[in-house]
Amino acid sequence: MQVTFKLFATLMQHLPSAAGKHAITLEVEAAVTPNQLIDRFSVPRSQVHLVLVNGVYLAAKERNKPLRDGDVLAVWPPVAGG
Amino acid sequence: MAWTKKLLRVNLTAGSLSEEALNMEWAADYIGQRGLGTRYLVAETDPKCEPLGADNKLIFATGPLTGTAVSTGGRYSVITKSPLTGAVACSNSGGFIGAELKSAGWDMIIFEGKSPTPVMLHIVNEQAELVSADDLWGKSVWETDRLLHDKYQDPQMRIAAVGRAAEGGCLYAAIINDLHRAAGRSGVGTVMASKNLKAVAVRGTRGVGNIKDAARFMRSVAEQKQVLADNAVTGQGLPKLGTQVLMNVINEIGALPTNNMRAVQFDGAAKISGEAMLEPRASDGKPNLTTNAACFGCTIACGRISTIDKTHFSVQNKPQYWGNSGGLEYEAAWAMGADTGVDDIDAITYTNFICNEDGMDPISFGATVAAAMELFEMGVITTKDTGGMELKFGSAKALTWCADQVAAGAGFGKVLGLGSKRLCEKYGHPELSMTVKGQEFPAYDPRGIQGMGLTYATSNRGACHLRSYTVASEVLGIPEKTDPLATDGKAGLVKAFQDATATVDSLGICVFTTFAWTLDNIAPQVDAACDGDWSVERLLEAGERIWNLERDYNMKAGFTGADDNLPPRLLKEAANSGPAKGKVSGLDVMLPEYYQLRGWSKDGQVTDKVRKQFALPA
Repeated sequence: MQVTFKLFATLMQHLPSAAGKHAITLEVEAAVTPNQLIDRFSVPRSQVHLVLVNGVYLAAKERNKPLRDGDVLAVWPPVAGG
Repeated sequence: MAWTKKLLRVNLTAGSLSEEALNMEWAADYIGQRGLGTRYLVAETDPKCEPLGADNKLIFATGPLTGTAVSTGGRYSVITKSPLTGAVACSNSGGFIGAELKSAGWDMIIFEGKSPTPVMLHIVNEQAELVSADDLWGKSVWETDRLLHDKYQDPQMRIAAVGRAAEGGCLYAAIINDLHRAAGRSGVGTVMASKNLKAVAVRGTRGVGNIKDAARFMRSVAEQKQVLADNAVTGQGLPKLGTQVLMNVINEIGALPTNNMRAVQFDGAAKISGEAMLEPRASDGKPNLTTNAACFGCTIACGRISTIDKTHFSVQNKPQYWGNSGGLEYEAAWAMGADTGVDDIDAITYTNFICNEDGMDPISFGATVAAAMELFEMGVITTKDTGGMELKFGSAKALTWCADQVAAGAGFGKVLGLGSKRLCEKYGHPELSMTVKGQEFPAYDPRGIQGMGLTYATSNRGACHLRSYTVASEVLGIPEKTDPLATDGKAGLVKAFQDATATVDSLGICVFTTFAWTLDNIAPQVDAACDGDWSVERLLEAGERIWNLERDYNMKAGFTGADDNLPPRLLKEAANSGPAKGKVSGLDVMLPEYYQLRGWSKDGQVTDKVRKQFALPA
């Protein structure tokens, strides 16, 4: 299945250079989880704070649930503004 | 202590200045800055006064921690009655002039009356004088700053001034200090210009040494600076990417107001984001962002210093804009970017420079341009109105043209300077004004972040994110994560944020500390610095008192619970994409519960019981 993986802010460096600025489209095995993708791209778990799937927040305990075809996974380190 | 216990009263009509003792009984209840300044405004003005008349007053107020060693202790606020909203205005700014004023020995300046001719106030410690500003009138803030530094030959003099926008009657004119920090919202600059007051220039060398327990204070300050440094947001996130890191976050969650809030996601968000500010550009290989910057005493340093691409159309023949200056911050980038549909980061940086140079609130400016663009696309505003410019969503040329016009108070810029509410009323479509109490929305769509709908509706200065920034909880998980699409619990969340923020805004410190600090971190610093015992409970009580005082002023000015409302678009037109797709604001569910938690009547009036509880003035 296909998912889009987005990394922002200081995590952008973990995307391969061939990727777009923030995002890469991936062919992945069924039932892959957000945490598996995060680990696959060597994003330190300590820097993973805000995790969204299709714009909806995933609490830490929900990040081992399988993604579905077409999902957009977006990850930020701790950020804020105003 | 920590207060200097002195205020400077400036009667502009008579041209006289006098020193007064600060009312310390009021300071015990209202602290300083926002709270104490509002207490003076309530005591000294008729809430029904004409905002641009001589009876309105303009108050520059510092807090007890302003100018001390506490992190971010450089804040001051400008308090007055707003010409944009008719409600109480309180605009908070950083930079350096707040600390300088305190170091000169003044907690507060109260300007009253109206000068017959343009003047500026020059302060050097306890010496203060009104000086003719005939030569400065008609000049921009930046030019005024340069001329005053040339005149007084003091590079450390700090200057706050109004620009041409305020002089031209723009109702959302800002007071700019230190070139690119702003008391930005609600038209406080318009009030300043209406008094023929062009600038305030301050040099203070006395320091702020009047700390109750200096040794304990310094220990507490050091401990709490460490908390800010260790926190991932205040220690790393904000310095690195600033507030602009939110552009992609808020777009992803489907709460980025786009094209005058017709949509909640913007295709061009990534191009105007904090990440985009780091990308090398084609022309010279340099990024938009040069460095971050800090205000007085700040150990976070969220500020942005940037450049515009010299080859960009907006500055091709204007080398005066080729250097570094302040911005972009998230709210400004959103208002002049996503809300107008413009994804050209150089155009937005240019308009941001113009907002600083001539003193305009970029949020109200951008949102007003967005409303004008919608009216143009409907055929209600035409090129006959604009003199030929096509105000199309997404047009960077139109955006930069609008900024130049409003800054100069010229042509169609006069109409844009009235703000979104008056613009939409003028053209027969008041429903298209994205405002509350006449003030334009900031960068969070209440359909996608429900708590912000209640925040906007009940904000005492009209739509504003900084009165209760529930985004921290609903999106960022600070202090704990709540569901942005739920209305349950949001009334209590909004009230808690409102009261705590009113406290922070009255102390002289920056609200951004609260991404890491709670009042448990703040109270020990206040208690070590200030007379009396300052517990968390007392600080929160003061915050709630201040909120009610502001509300009471607005009610006496003629507002009612019916003004705690949102535009029909947000209540009836559902979000068209993202997680909030199909949702409208649930204000009707949250508002009654909020009134109940406040102890107000069902129609939103401050009750006698509440008035008595907080000993509010009659």
